[in-house]
Amino acid sequence: MSSAADTAAGAAVAGTGRGDGPRRRWGYLFERERVLGPVMLLPAVLYLIFVVGYPLLLAFFYAFSDVTVGSNRFDFVGFQTFITAIHDPVFLKAIEHSFLITGISQALVIVLCTVLAFVLAADFHGKWFLRFLVLMPWTTPVALGAIIWLWMLDSIFTPFDWFASKLGVIPDGGHLVLLGHAGTAVGSVIAVQTWRMLPLATVIVLAGLSSIPQDIEEQAQVDGAGFWRRLFSIQLPLLAPVIMVAILFGVVFTFTDMAVIFILTGGGPGNATQVLPSWAFYKGINGGNLSVGAADAMFMFPVLLGITAIVLRMASRIGGE
Amino acid sequence: MATVQTRELRKEFGHNAAVDGIDLETEEGEYLVLLGPSGCGKTTLLRLIAGLEHPTGGDVLIGGEVVTRLPPRARKIAMVFQSYALYPHKTVRKNITFPLAAAGVPKESWPDKVEWASEVLGIGRLLDRRPRQLSGGERQRVALARALVREPQVFLFDEPLSNLDAKLRTSARDELKEFQRRMGVTTVYVTHDQVEAMGLGDRVAVLNSGQVQQIGLPEEVYADPANTFVATFVGAPPMNLLHVKDELLGFRPENLLPLEAVGRREGQMECDFEISRVENLGSDRYVYGTIAELDPDAKVIAKLPSTITVTVTPGGREKFVVAGDKLRYFDVEGGHRIDAPTAELPR
Repeated sequence: MSSAADTAAGAAVAGTGRGDGPRRRWGYLFERERVLGPVMLLPAVLYLIFVVGYPLLLAFFYAFSDVTVGSNRFDFVGFQTFITAIHDPVFLKAIEHSFLITGISQALVIVLCTVLAFVLAADFHGKWFLRFLVLMPWTTPVALGAIIWLWMLDSIFTPFDWFASKLGVIPDGGHLVLLGHAGTAVGSVIAVQTWRMLPLATVIVLAGLSSIPQDIEEQAQVDGAGFWRRLFSIQLPLLAPVIMVAILFGVVFTFTDMAVIFILTGGGPGNATQVLPSWAFYKGINGGNLSVGAADAMFMFPVLLGITAIVLRMASRIGGE
Repeated sequence: MATVQTRELRKEFGHNAAVDGIDLETEEGEYLVLLGPSGCGKTTLLRLIAGLEHPTGGDVLIGGEVVTRLPPRARKIAMVFQSYALYPHKTVRKNITFPLAAAGVPKESWPDKVEWASEVLGIGRLLDRRPRQLSGGERQRVALARALVREPQVFLFDEPLSNLDAKLRTSARDELKEFQRRMGVTTVYVTHDQVEAMGLGDRVAVLNSGQVQQIGLPEEVYADPANTFVATFVGAPPMNLLHVKDELLGFRPENLLPLEAVGRREGQMECDFEISRVENLGSDRYVYGTIAELDPDAKVIAKLPSTITVTVTPGGREKFVVAGDKLRYFDVEGGHRIDAPTAELPR
């Protein structure tokens, strides 16, 4: 198609070119697909090359080298850096925590965002205000959100202690110290990650919900289906691709996030909440061992590659229909 | 099988009455067509019967029982939407069994029912396809099979032919009529297409601004319209209406014929037709003009079948006649039909 259009455009230019000034010839430059296309794509390509491609390549080089902050040596050492990275006992824990935190928080997001989307799709007064409130956590910068939660989860001034003592979990005046114990610290991180990803997922599912034709919903009612049957055999199957998109976003954002860990727990107590990105950061930047930090970060690559493959396949399937 | 009845049924959206006190009653196994222009309330009326809208006032009865407060699934109705609303993620077979599953019909009897319904509609070979792999006509048949399989008391159709192309529409209309005749199930059918209404309906109810204008056999509605709305909405081209003295005089375009072609008969109205334009449509000729002696402002159309070969020339003036029994009269204010003229008309 593009070649036919080009030929046609070329012929038109050639036809009108004779006897016309250069102005006429150059005036239609941007109407040629071969010129306009690259020009429009250029900013995006430049962005990808300098902000995504270059750092990725650099990390790749570092991972196979012995580069550190403290010296200007740069030798390729093959897989030696990876072997060093794997043999650190914290590394395996970090991988485990990464999957655990991402898995549980996104499972919660699936359930909660679907429920929330159904609630927000209903007609009631103040719907727009509630939608706005639900979206708020997403518009807040991650670091700010994490700081708010840091205060909420403070070992002495946390409001959760009051709730817990009223429920009789701890004695009056006692402290939960949520971020001070391994289990509750992981739980807190999961809660914050869920809180952060829920708005985006809800908005995506809400959009999917409103794209289900009214007719289908009413047909199901007339066909005799009650609420649960409509939910499980009509609405959820039709929403599945959209929920999938929401989850893929959530997985990518949660799996690669280190801001929440960095601010909330610093990977602690001990290394109980250490995840891959935070571990790579502590090793590479704080610890100055750039090559091992880069190698740690490289282990996120297969997971993200897999998700990208799924997204691209879904996109092409939707495009093909 | 059952009848559908509405009593003083009203539905208001804000201050706007979409359905304004409608009383209707079908007979057992009747094919009732609701005909009207868009916005006349016909679809709202159908949705009220289905239970998809809650009435502001009045009652809906199905099989003699008041169902006004019941949800759609408790009404034993089947509805076919304009879009057919097939479940896109289910195969044709699963689409058809969905109402059975919803009704709690035991699974063992599903295959028999699916086979029966797909046989009736000739879609046996499509059962494992998905809706997007079907043509418009096939989708319609699947929607009908899904409606049929739960053996409803009443079928409700909301313009089921309007998504089909013109050629397919004619054959689909034929199939739909045949289908209903075979099933004998009471059917309420909504359309804005008068050809569909005339062809399909046992009776036709003409609706406008939320009210029933006229209900009767198709030929009654056509030949004896109850008011000027029905007279001009039903029939293409519409009935000619001329303001003559204190009444409106109406006659169908096909009844205004050249004197030369039909000859002089008893009781004819004879007039001078000033011809401004002639359109030849193949099977008919439409002759546009005015009859100055009756109403110089009214545009008049005559529809001459191709069997009448009299020459009519634009700009000319010809003697045309209308048989006396084809003349209709309406009052000027309300547009209602009146029986006899109060003043003598030119003969």
